[in-house]
Amino acid sequence: MAKVEKVQKVKLTPQEKAVNRHKSWVQMKNDKWLYLLLLPGVLYFIIFKFAPMWGVLMAFMNYYAGVSFFQAQWVGLDNFISFFKDSSFLQLFRNTLIISGMNLVFYFPLPIILALLLNEIKVQWYKKTVQTLIYVPHFVSMVVIASISFMLLKVPSMEGYTGGAIYEIIRKLTGKNVNVLGSPGAFYWVILIQNMWKESGWGTIIFLAALAGVDVEQYEAAIVDGANRWQQMLYITLPAISSTIVTMFILRMGSVLNTGFEQLILMQNDLNRSTSETFDTFVYNRGRVDGDYGYTTAVGLFKSVISIICVQTANWAAKKTGQSGLF
Amino acid sequence: MLSIKRRSVGDWIADVIIYVLLTALALLMVIPFVYVIAASFAPEHEIITRSLFIIPKEFTLDAYKRIFDPNDYGLRVLKSLGISVFITGVGTAIDLFFSTTMAYGVSRRHLKGRNIIMNCVLFTMIFSGGMIPTFLIVKSLGMYDTYWALLLPGAINAYNMIIIRNFFAELPDGLDEAAQIDGCTDIGIFIKIALPLSMPMLATFGLFYAVGHWNDYFNALLYLGDSSKYPFQLILRNIVMLSNDTQVDPNVLMPQETLKMAIIVIGTVPILIVYPFLQKHFAAGVMVGAIKG
Repeated sequence: MAKVEKVQKVKLTPQEKAVNRHKSWVQMKNDKWLYLLLLPGVLYFIIFKFAPMWGVLMAFMNYYAGVSFFQAQWVGLDNFISFFKDSSFLQLFRNTLIISGMNLVFYFPLPIILALLLNEIKVQWYKKTVQTLIYVPHFVSMVVIASISFMLLKVPSMEGYTGGAIYEIIRKLTGKNVNVLGSPGAFYWVILIQNMWKESGWGTIIFLAALAGVDVEQYEAAIVDGANRWQQMLYITLPAISSTIVTMFILRMGSVLNTGFEQLILMQNDLNRSTSETFDTFVYNRGRVDGDYGYTTAVGLFKSVISIICVQTANWAAKKTGQSGLF
Repeated sequence: MLSIKRRSVGDWIADVIIYVLLTALALLMVIPFVYVIAASFAPEHEIITRSLFIIPKEFTLDAYKRIFDPNDYGLRVLKSLGISVFITGVGTAIDLFFSTTMAYGVSRRHLKGRNIIMNCVLFTMIFSGGMIPTFLIVKSLGMYDTYWALLLPGAINAYNMIIIRNFFAELPDGLDEAAQIDGCTDIGIFIKIALPLSMPMLATFGLFYAVGHWNDYFNALLYLGDSSKYPFQLILRNIVMLSNDTQVDPNVLMPQETLKMAIIVIGTVPILIVYPFLQKHFAAGVMVGAIKG
């Protein structure tokens, strides 16, 4: 962004200052109805967004369910120290990073590839139909997605019965009866595939929007120059969406610790807890379910701070490489 | 111009691969839904012997009868559906009220303090108090175990509010000047001019907020203690994923697996009904801004 020219500051006499103050007061009085319109939204942000930020102080207190907030003792950094020493810390960190990492490696390129494929389609009705179909899972609730996965993966309820469709396919391919839902090793893959199923179609929208802005003449010129389709994609289409790709990548890096947490809570069970517990699910389970408020607030605060560092770093890196960055 | 475009063999092969790939992917994404719908109309003995099918051999409504039978699942399911409809309707109205009033306020360029407010809003997008502090605030306001907890804490989505603000900011300035001369207050301009001019935008965000409320289960899990207050998505989860009742008598098969399929269908159908409307709107590019922030 171009630097805004600084308006030259002129020293004002006290009288002029008073006049200005009076003017702005009149201005604000004129706008009283606008402030009234703003009131509900401002109250909303104060109560539901800023008040909880003040509640972050709990991270430095020995506060849990059943104790009054004012009786809770200040314990300084004890919550953080015991969290870092806790054996579950490394596990949470590992699970969070693996789930995010797998999403980054396997899920992230998928909408880009899909958008590039769709971009090659010249038959409009076919393109529309495919788009219509692949956007559907995005709007369906996570509970439905999890429930369907559950039905597809379930083990037979009785001898002689059939299991879910995917359970049967795995059985035919490997000859083994695998309880995917209860296996810690498979958990990461279940989450990844659900993600791909639910979001990869919807993820194409932003790339298709970027592609819609590409001038058709560029392709025509390339054809005249003898470029084949592969070269057209490499030298026209990809550069056209590269800044969008970087933007999306920054967003993803920034939320590297935000594992799709509604999804994890749904798919979590006692059998896969060693791989399914991440920072978010831990905060829910220990904080909301067990009532360990101070400790889990500390965990949540730790996560928030790392997240901010991630966003800032990714943004800084993007600017360094000549991209516009997010802010 | 197009006459020089001669299609090579490579082009044909590429086309075939692209079409096959896209068709396969699109089918892969919808087949699970088709299967669940088919299975919900199949008799229980079919679903426990066939693992995947698109058309049931026999057609029956037994599962749906059991779901809506008041002596069976009926009361629980219908009550939760009613709760979900209520939350979706009232919640969407509340969301739109909070989002548009605030968006209009901060869209007025001359307004003193608007930059401070916007910076605060942006700050909440990168930092939040977290789940437990928010939960305790909601609890201390007396909203725990009430529907207020599902309606108010998520009333404004900061991304959506910013897009709505951008929309209001682009309304021509002359309009409100004229209205002001006619003696209209800012609230009058907002209701009589700004809102009617932005109906398509309101419909878009209304739909997206509504889908969000219908699909939401986590707030209910977080803020509701009494399971008789659960909305439909939680009942769906409990029936499909938590109940593992086995058949009492293998000779008289009660719809159980098919019942699970049927209840998944009921959770999906409202989305499929509004889907054509949704599709019409997100094509307009509104959501692109939402994703980018």
